[in-house]
Amino acid sequence: MAIELKMPALSPTMEEGTLAKWLKQEGDTIEPGDIIAEIETDKATMEFEAIDEGTLAKILIEEGTENVAVGTVIAMLVGEGEDAGDVEAPAASDDGDDDEGSDEVVDKPGEGKDEGRDEPGGASAPKTAPRADDPAIPDGTSFTSVTVREALRDAMAEEMRADDRVFVMGEEVAEYQGAYKVTQGLLDEFGPRRVIDTPITEYGFAGIGSGAAMGGLRPIVEFMTFNFAMQAIDHIVNSAAKTNYMSGGQMRCPIVFRGPNGAASRVGAQHSQNYGPWYASVPGLIVIAPYDSADAKGLLKAAIRSEDPVVFLENELVYGRSFDVPYLDDHVLPIGKARIVREGKDATIVSYSIGVGLALEAAEKLAEEGIDAEVIDLRTLRPLDKETVLASLAKTNRLVVAEEGWPTCSIASEIIAICMEEGFDDLDAPVLRVCNEDVPLPYAANLEKLALIDAPRIVEAVKTICYV
Amino acid sequence: MARKPAARKTTGKKPATKASSKEASSDEVGAPSDDPDFILHSLQDEFEKSKSFDASDDQMLEFYRQMLLIRRFEEKAGQLYGLGLIGGFCHLYIGQEAVAIGLQSALDNDKDSVITGYRDHGHMLAYGLDPDIIMAELTGREAGISKGKGGSMHMFSTEHKFYGGHGIVGAQVALGGGLALAHQYRDDGGICLAYFGDGAANQGQVYETFNMASLWNLPIVFVVEDNQYAMGTSTKRSSAETRFYRRGTSFRIPGMEVNGMDVLEVRAAAEVAFKHVREGKGPVLMELNTYRYRGHSMSDPAKYRTREEVQDQRDHHDPIERLKKVLVENGHGEDDLKAIDKDIRKIVAKAADFAESSAEPKPGELYTDVLVEEY
Repeated sequence: MAIELKMPALSPTMEEGTLAKWLKQEGDTIEPGDIIAEIETDKATMEFEAIDEGTLAKILIEEGTENVAVGTVIAMLVGEGEDAGDVEAPAASDDGDDDEGSDEVVDKPGEGKDEGRDEPGGASAPKTAPRADDPAIPDGTSFTSVTVREALRDAMAEEMRADDRVFVMGEEVAEYQGAYKVTQGLLDEFGPRRVIDTPITEYGFAGIGSGAAMGGLRPIVEFMTFNFAMQAIDHIVNSAAKTNYMSGGQMRCPIVFRGPNGAASRVGAQHSQNYGPWYASVPGLIVIAPYDSADAKGLLKAAIRSEDPVVFLENELVYGRSFDVPYLDDHVLPIGKARIVREGKDATIVSYSIGVGLALEAAEKLAEEGIDAEVIDLRTLRPLDKETVLASLAKTNRLVVAEEGWPTCSIASEIIAICMEEGFDDLDAPVLRVCNEDVPLPYAANLEKLALIDAPRIVEAVKTICYV
Repeated sequence: MARKPAARKTTGKKPATKASSKEASSDEVGAPSDDPDFILHSLQDEFEKSKSFDASDDQMLEFYRQMLLIRRFEEKAGQLYGLGLIGGFCHLYIGQEAVAIGLQSALDNDKDSVITGYRDHGHMLAYGLDPDIIMAELTGREAGISKGKGGSMHMFSTEHKFYGGHGIVGAQVALGGGLALAHQYRDDGGICLAYFGDGAANQGQVYETFNMASLWNLPIVFVVEDNQYAMGTSTKRSSAETRFYRRGTSFRIPGMEVNGMDVLEVRAAAEVAFKHVREGKGPVLMELNTYRYRGHSMSDPAKYRTREEVQDQRDHHDPIERLKKVLVENGHGEDDLKAIDKDIRKIVAKAADFAESSAEPKPGELYTDVLVEEY
């Protein structure tokens, strides 16, 4: 019986990769542990190791092939006594995955491939409104498509070139090139003085970073994820945020704490949490949570230049998505300004970070049903751009907040309070929030999907407030 | 009974570290190449050769004046607290004066930075900062060094490279590591002096910082001000290893044990430690054994130690009395010294008057300094 070798998932969020190189050829004998191929993801190049023994009968995906979906059969292996010539490639109808190819989650215990989070990825990511409309961008600017990951790296590199005080520190930021590859290439350009690998010691290096900022430098502290920053939250809140106030304006702490935030994919309860509401509740902090590449770049550059401490919340699932970024020497965006990413007249959906993609997806579906939804990307969570939210509410008279995070004491709660306090007369319906379920995030694919916010739930909420 | 700083003057006779205990005494220490732990005790060995700083008469008078200023200032602060003019937490430095004066007198004030915890009045005064604005901060007045918004625990003077004034026990150690990183990054020749207490010495982030400071060779002097009690818990009840100068051993940080009740000994130790750090040889950990006469804060019940213990410290180990004796031996008459005391009482009384009579912050100050920029 021939064995199918399938494109492996090499990280929790990997959906496809490049088959960079075959290290074994057809007819070669394979022992368990042999490296048969090299596979490139957007994060790293990994080795594909054999588990079974036999002979490599047929290579189905040529080396150099890009965008090979996880689960695609890439080669066939035959055991002892079998004839390699008899092997047939699997039928073409097999789309590379064993599930039914629909958008529905198919529970397959033991199948590693995650479909629980059916986020639109890569090129199919919903597009935000044309950047050319952005008042921060000059007319006639040309645009290039850049992943969020690259945009963040470019922002850091540009600021580091411009200001020697700027440096990056964190776990695996230098030699490993970033756990999520965000700092890729920085060590080569700037050297170990300015790209500093730390031990696994979040509390310690958050404190050292804060102290360096007090001492006149401009540190960018990367947390591998914000889940680990809970070890360091004392320095973010007590040391960085409060010093300027406690010193009567004498001592500043211009630092950026950045890294992925929110749920990733099937990584369980301790690695899946949105800290936006936590940090946004602290006076003295700036909190930014961008969605697309242009905002990621323009706001990270602004954050690095700010005299105030900034918590910059990224999202792992968005890193690989590509969006247009204006081709400008110095693309810097204002902190504290929301952006209308889709104009509409019937209802407003307020969101931030990964939720913006879901809100846009929901808006498309609502449009099919005749509801014209406006989508606002808050971009900055503190200070919150109330004016943009209230102006939209005054226009549509109906509002839903979509947030990938828990509902209790959330950014959604805050927006609702603002609408009630300052927009009461504009409301034609109660403001609803669409958030994750109020539980720790489960691991099982089906439960995870149930726990997380999705576009259908946003559609449902908007229809509720439109009374349809 | 708490360990007494005085009893610890005999450091050289008790086994210092496992490595050095084998060598019985510093005289028999081999060459660095024969002793893998040479670095860990070499500074102590150097310090033991001459434990008293050879101060000039003027320097000694200045140390005396400064220590007395801290003592009188803190006594006055205690009084003002009792009168309700100072609120919240107020941690007095009485008894520990020799530590700040001995160490800070050895700094290069143009380059070096200092950071400490919440017991920070003494360190501010050691810089020669105007007592008026320090006392005005204690009373929460607009003229205070933090505009009245910091209080007793949160004072800063970036002009003097004094970075506070931090209320979370141990946080100043990691922040100090960052100040040292900034010195190294800019290659400005400065070092950072990071003070913390015996209580903070049990915080995890202290050891995270030790690790990185040693790994990166940061120019930092870690100073444990061991005043024998973390709030009301004696070191014996809180610390598995009470010889805090050994706490850097696992990180290859050399330790020094110093009598923090003797300003000349503190200064002598500072000379050895600062030289090592300035030469780019990485961090040093100093343990300064001292004693706080007053409670942890003003609301201390004082049930954890006896009156006799405190009185014994005052009578036999007081840093000001100790230096006074040296000054008298050197020919200064009681009258000279009384004149200094009188002068200082005047300065402190003026500071108290100023702090009492100056205006409270304007209500609008509530909203300033939250952020630096406008967004």
